[in-house]
Amino acid sequence: MPTDGAPAPDSLEVADAAAGSLGAYVHLPFCHRVCPYCDFAVTEGAEAGEVDRYLTALLMEIDAAPRRSPVEALFIGGGTPSALPPRRIGEVVDAVRDRVGLAPGAEVTVESNPEDLDDAWLEGVRSAGATRLSVGVQSFDDTVLQYLGRRHSSAEAERAVRRAVEAMPSVNADLIFGSPPEEASAWQRSVDTALDSGIDHLSAYALTVEPGTPLARGVAGGSPAPDDDVGADRYEVVLACTASAGLVRYETSNFAAPGRVCRYNLITWAQGEYLGFGNGAHRHVDGVRSWNLRGVERYVVAVAEGRSPVAGEEHHTGWSREVERVMLGLRRAAGVVAGVAGEALMESEAGAALVEAKVLARRGDRIAVRRPLLGDAAVRALLALAPRDC
Amino acid sequence: MPDRSRIRNFCIIAHIDHGKSTLADRLLERTGALTEREMREQVLDSMDLERERGITIKAQAVRLDYRRPNGDEFILNLIDTPGHVDFSYEVSRSLAACEGVILLVDAAQGVEAQTLANAYLAIEGGLEIVPVINKVDLPAADPDRVTAEVAGVLGVSVDEVLRVSAKTGEGVDDLLEAIVERLPAPSPAEVDTLRALVFDSYYDPYRGVVCYLRVTDGVLATGDPLRFMISGEDLPADEVGVLTPKAVPVARLGEGEVGYVITGVKEVDRIRVGDTVTRRDRPASVPLPGYREPKPMVFSGLFPTDGDDFERLREALEKLRLNDAALVFEPESSRALGFGFRCGFLGLLHMEIVRERLEREYDLDLVATAPSVAYSVLLTDGKELEIRSPQDLPDPTQRTGIREPMLRVMVLTPSEYVGTVMELLQEHRGTLGTMQYLSPERVELVYRVPLAEIVFGFFDQLKSRTRGYASLDYEPDGYEVGDLLRVDILLNGVSVDAFSAIVHRDKAYDYGRRLVESLREIIPRQMFDVPIQAAAGSRIIARETVKAKRKDVTAKCYGGDITRKRKLLERQKEGKKRMKMLGSVEVPQEAFIAVLRVDAD
Repeated sequence: MPTDGAPAPDSLEVADAAAGSLGAYVHLPFCHRVCPYCDFAVTEGAEAGEVDRYLTALLMEIDAAPRRSPVEALFIGGGTPSALPPRRIGEVVDAVRDRVGLAPGAEVTVESNPEDLDDAWLEGVRSAGATRLSVGVQSFDDTVLQYLGRRHSSAEAERAVRRAVEAMPSVNADLIFGSPPEEASAWQRSVDTALDSGIDHLSAYALTVEPGTPLARGVAGGSPAPDDDVGADRYEVVLACTASAGLVRYETSNFAAPGRVCRYNLITWAQGEYLGFGNGAHRHVDGVRSWNLRGVERYVVAVAEGRSPVAGEEHHTGWSREVERVMLGLRRAAGVVAGVAGEALMESEAGAALVEAKVLARRGDRIAVRRPLLGDAAVRALLALAPRDC
Repeated sequence: MPDRSRIRNFCIIAHIDHGKSTLADRLLERTGALTEREMREQVLDSMDLERERGITIKAQAVRLDYRRPNGDEFILNLIDTPGHVDFSYEVSRSLAACEGVILLVDAAQGVEAQTLANAYLAIEGGLEIVPVINKVDLPAADPDRVTAEVAGVLGVSVDEVLRVSAKTGEGVDDLLEAIVERLPAPSPAEVDTLRALVFDSYYDPYRGVVCYLRVTDGVLATGDPLRFMISGEDLPADEVGVLTPKAVPVARLGEGEVGYVITGVKEVDRIRVGDTVTRRDRPASVPLPGYREPKPMVFSGLFPTDGDDFERLREALEKLRLNDAALVFEPESSRALGFGFRCGFLGLLHMEIVRERLEREYDLDLVATAPSVAYSVLLTDGKELEIRSPQDLPDPTQRTGIREPMLRVMVLTPSEYVGTVMELLQEHRGTLGTMQYLSPERVELVYRVPLAEIVFGFFDQLKSRTRGYASLDYEPDGYEVGDLLRVDILLNGVSVDAFSAIVHRDKAYDYGRRLVESLREIIPRQMFDVPIQAAAGSRIIARETVKAKRKDVTAKCYGGDITRKRKLLERQKEGKKRMKMLGSVEVPQEAFIAVLRVDAD
């Protein structure tokens, strides 16, 4: 069953315009405790000296960035940035502003965990320049929180989110659905609680078993794995509840009140460019995707020794770049201007099957995924196409 | 040229695992055909596949130079034979090049049905038999009992049965003497020009077609202008030689000798095994008695996964047919699978071996359809139509009956399993012919059973129900009208011809239900519900549904995920390529194998 209506016309413009904006990502890898499902470049139990050395290297990397147009959306992620005092976050924002530039009215998002969100921290991070807070709630059910290895309780999470809504212009809550012990009612309660708390943005992710994580080892050893059919049920709950709460789905897993979409993420889905700083950070600059060394120590040493922290890069031109544009654009409810690759997809046998199954649809000069739960089927068909000139 | 009286041509008849290859190795070693360094385990089984399966598929020949203890020198030509019931045709080919056979029987296992059948084949062909009990060194050996059994079956005295251990070499010297003394020399020539029987051949990528032959009359010399009497090909004898087992060129081969000839021919279909070679300038008037053409018993469609490989498949089949006269094929087209070949095989093992050789030696990726036998359909207009594929079965309104091929099946079993074996044969629609005690412990059962019942998995069931002790042989025994119908499989409402099968009415429901269940397990969930139905005529007899896939999306795709996600989906896309599209449904290759398994259960 198709699960979204056509988005408002102005959201198409917003989605496409993001391609022309510059974003920046800064990675703060420190966590009080690493969650069993997490496969990010993170580290737990770092000592003060280690944090200092990392921040020194990070600021050095930012200071060495080439000057270009000002950043319109800065995203400080992790890790758990809220594990650091607001002063350190302020140093990062200042470095980006001083070296690269922050556009007037720029979006500055900081990721956080509920247990860190006291009034002092919130006030501090707001003064440091943050305009938007993303809170890693994951669930408002204690059984699920325990399964996910989180340090907060559901009650703490609720208080923290409400405080954040008071303190910040814009707040996102992250929720994870489909963990094996999660009852349908628990998920419903999580979604309701999140939406009632006054947030203007919700990210709802299916629990994913990433290779190399403790969760993956558990599943390999016979622990229950997330079930796709249950995941689909949970997702449909999110679709229904966000719609009635006035949050609009604008990407597979993201919902926002009008005008409150995350501009940084819109840039990535529009194949726009973004800078990246910190260990494991990715960037997309001058048509090249590249990424930094993943290990904190290796990253710090490389920067301190004046070497490039870049670990790898990827050049996409012609057909390959065009395919990537459509792949990313199909994540969005707004879809993407079909172009060469989108037309090729629509003309293919697999594309026709996707249209027949109501997974894919044409809307004027655009194509869009109508059943976001089957979005990868469309991308696989796209990647299987024979290259065309473009 | 060696004196005819100093030549002995023989082969070894044995059941699988009774030690034929080990004995052949020992004979090679004792006669110095190979130095120790060159000695590989089981030289005669040279194909990879044969080594893996421990069976011999292709007949080969080795020349042994044997010096008797008294100093007389003899040439012993050992012609290898295959050991599986599917290949009894090839045994008859080898026998035609011999004067004698060694009948090799395991001292613990005793006589097996197939060994017996091949021994009868040799007796009918007028060959001398030297019975040999092998593995007498094993703790489980019961040579006295097995000797009595062998002597009883062949009607010879127990003193004529030799005892050896191919493993330790015990008794092998006596066996070599017995070969010289008890087997006859080749008969004298009947005509005054060249006649040689082509009993095997293979394709060498550098030399072209290599023919193995046995000279019966006259002389075959390097450079001779040859004529292949049946095919009519005129070709020069570019190289004549013997196998020691290495190919060694010689100037000529005389009466009674066994060797090879290379004519420079590259096209495999220009040489036929069973043909008679004579001289173009002085041709014989009558060819040697050839072989009866092998009759394929089982038919299956072979389709390349990649339609572009159709021509490569044709070439590969042509090459295989060169030394596998039993393999027949004709182009076939399937709505589901595109263009391929309907191939005829001697049995399921033969089918599996051909398929594996095509995949391994010719690097083809194939889909094989459910095997079928050839049915004779009685039409309303009084005519009969032979069909080799269930798709070709005419509409019920156009036919009055279906006749199916029958077998005369012989099972040898220890007497304790008689009840079990009879039950199994009855389950497979068999009717009892005779039952005979060969000894107090061993019973011979003869049944008449439809070929279709034996071909699919019967052998495995027989083995498992008798803990491996019963053995089986069979021969064609005419046709019989059966209460048969065709079961079709519909995927998403569309009949898939590759899954159709002709089955007995009493088994149709069970067959349909099991196949549908196993397809439900194998076919992955698609973007829509896929009903799988089994139909007999217009009636649906079983139904399952592969529920639509509901979730197929990565949760996150942010800046740091883009490269990884793309690579992940690229890999998954490769996996999808190996699926076959049947209508709008993606079906993995295993689905076609599932049909085989349902039959074998």
